[in-house]
Amino acid sequence: MAKYGFFLGCIMPLRYPGIESSTRAVLDSLGVELVEMQGASCCPAPGVTRSFDQTYWMSVAARNLVIAEKMGVDIVTICNGCFDTLFEAAHKLNHDVELRKKINKILKEAGVDEYQGTVNVRHFVELLYKDVGVEAIRAKARHGKGMKAAVHYGCHFLKPSNIKKIDDAERPHIFDDIVEAAGMTSLPFKDKGTCCGAGGGVRARTPDVALKMTKENLTNMKAAGAEVIVDCCPFCHLQYDAGQAQLKEFGIPVLHLSQLLGLAFGLEKEKLGLEVHLTKVNL
Amino acid sequence: MAEAKEPNPEFTRKVVEAGGKTVNLCFQCGTCTGSCPSGRQTAFRVRKLVRRAQLGFEEDVLPSDDLWLCTTCFTCYERCPRGVEIVDVIMALRNMAVRKGYMAEPHRKVAELISKTGHMVSLRDEDKALRAKLGLQGVPPTVFSDPKALEQVKKIGVACGFDKLIAGGK
Repeated sequence: MAKYGFFLGCIMPLRYPGIESSTRAVLDSLGVELVEMQGASCCPAPGVTRSFDQTYWMSVAARNLVIAEKMGVDIVTICNGCFDTLFEAAHKLNHDVELRKKINKILKEAGVDEYQGTVNVRHFVELLYKDVGVEAIRAKARHGKGMKAAVHYGCHFLKPSNIKKIDDAERPHIFDDIVEAAGMTSLPFKDKGTCCGAGGGVRARTPDVALKMTKENLTNMKAAGAEVIVDCCPFCHLQYDAGQAQLKEFGIPVLHLSQLLGLAFGLEKEKLGLEVHLTKVNL
Repeated sequence: MAEAKEPNPEFTRKVVEAGGKTVNLCFQCGTCTGSCPSGRQTAFRVRKLVRRAQLGFEEDVLPSDDLWLCTTCFTCYERCPRGVEIVDVIMALRNMAVRKGYMAEPHRKVAELISKTGHMVSLRDEDKALRAKLGLQGVPPTVFSDPKALEQVKKIGVACGFDKLIAGGK
């Protein structure tokens, strides 16, 4: 199985490191090798940096792509925000020679090597589905919990679908298929696929507005009988986990897919970092 | 009767140049507003924002709070029957607004953290301890453990004028 540069980003390694330890353990047991992207930075976060200055946003992203390019590996990320930034930057820079020249000029001024345009950026969920396969996951998932799960895709894993081309943006199934292979039931629920509320800088600027969106999703998940929320993005994860603590209701445990697979594969619970979750996880 | 505002095609042209190249394709059907999860909770109406951008009503658009209520969820972008890349239009408008100094303090702080430390989240002692407990490197192998790499990120900020941009917030 191929080797990937593991892009860490910010929220996972610094606020939910259990997602990082789970991802490393799960991919290792599935035969996917991860290598460190020494000196990588924030992707940078699309909500604020892309909103502020798209040239800066793309240049910092390009520096991260250069790190992987020099190692001769593609990138994998477990975060929708990092995926959005790095995928879109790579998509544009790999295809648009003029833009690449412009960004390379900035990189040169900063003492960064030129980006040649050869890196592909993968999302953990899509890598699992396409390269590892649902059956390989099912075979490992001997400790599946048989719970009812509300699967939250988030926005930037699949959209914009005209460039990402991963799954149907309105009625996707690949994440649900993995969750079911891990021994869970993926529930249908009202307005499934709706934004958690945090993105685009909304959580930072107007947390009350973000929380209203989160609450509506939680209400729909609860009405469907969700026993756990499964996400594939540390920012959505934070929004649901901290949001429930703030709302003082619902109490539905939140797991990143890596943590859910860690449980299903029988990993030691201590390695999943669940104790930092603000919404208690008693599974 | 209110005085009619004159359209300003010059502003619209700037929006197109800044990345909102499909803004003029909008025929105001409202699919975007009907799909918007933020608009369900607030008075933000995507359709109106796009119309104002089309008409070049700069003073209605750039200082407005609405511009910052979009979570960039891409639902409207996916569903637009005219292929208007609405998130790209909003990003172009936000870039223009920031250049005029319109930026919220919480956003400016995040931007500053990224440009100074290379990360949008801080590294606290408790984070290092928890990482070590989970069998991870206490300090992640990122710019946090590589001063030369951080220097490069800072220089990108200087080369793009990003430092100056965020110093001009109001």
